[in-house]
Amino acid sequence: MIFQAILFYIFSAVLIGAAIGVVFSRNPVHAVMFLVLTFFQSAMLWLLAEAEFLAIVLVLVYVGAVMVLFLFVVMMLDINVEAIHRGLTRFAPFGIAIALLMAVELIQLIWLRSRIDIGSGAFTAYPEGYSNTKALGSVLYTEHVYAFEIAAVILLLAIVAAITLTMRKRPGLKVQNISAQVAVRAKDRLRVVKMDAEKKR
Amino acid sequence: MIGLQHYLTISAMLFVLSIAGIVINRRNLILLLMCIELMLLAVNFNFIAFSRHLGDDTGQVFVFFILTVAAAEAAIGLAILVVLFRNQRSINVQELNTMKG
Repeated sequence: MIFQAILFYIFSAVLIGAAIGVVFSRNPVHAVMFLVLTFFQSAMLWLLAEAEFLAIVLVLVYVGAVMVLFLFVVMMLDINVEAIHRGLTRFAPFGIAIALLMAVELIQLIWLRSRIDIGSGAFTAYPEGYSNTKALGSVLYTEHVYAFEIAAVILLLAIVAAITLTMRKRPGLKVQNISAQVAVRAKDRLRVVKMDAEKKR
Repeated sequence: MIGLQHYLTISAMLFVLSIAGIVINRRNLILLLMCIELMLLAVNFNFIAFSRHLGDDTGQVFVFFILTVAAAEAAIGLAILVVLFRNQRSINVQELNTMKG
């Protein structure tokens, strides 16, 4: 148990450090890499909380797909870093002051309430043979199957929206027009000319 | 021992950091999107901690749906960003005033 606590503190320290890196790094590519580290550390923390399925989903979907998408876009856009960061110092003290105030309030509230209501709050161990994936699946496909289908429609919507937004028609591009090719008739292409037979001289 | 409060504390720190990020990086649209992702991650931390604390798997189902919606949001947001950059050659929030809002 003490080993788990040590792991928790290491992972959360790296997590917070990486999140600070996301917020304060000047180069957007570095920020994306820090965000990858943040997601990976949170997956580790979720594993410690025995939410194995979601931890693996976070690594596969977020680190594997969404972050790569971010990286592609950041590298594709070629942003002028200096021009964007010129106004950083003006808002930094304001933002940090708000963040510190909110952090102190939230953390104080969490520890104060927990001392009154829920005691130590330590997680109770799951029974022997408990499978997180099995439990999640049995809830997901029975009680929440309607929401599951809506999630599928949302993903389809995202695909359609992303493709329609980024597709562009370039002028002067030589492409096949399949429907025109199929719909063509013989009389459009072939002209039958009537003429008299020529005489031999 | 590690319990609910520890996870809630981590979640609160992440959330607050992402709010600071939104205030600090309010010119760069791509960093704003990344801070929103970070914020959703903090929310997911809360859901998982409470799901574990109460022994109820419904919280983890919620995380599943939040991850789905966040992925869709990231895809559409980045597509809009690409189109925006193609038209304006900039993703600086302060230069986006074509709609006179």
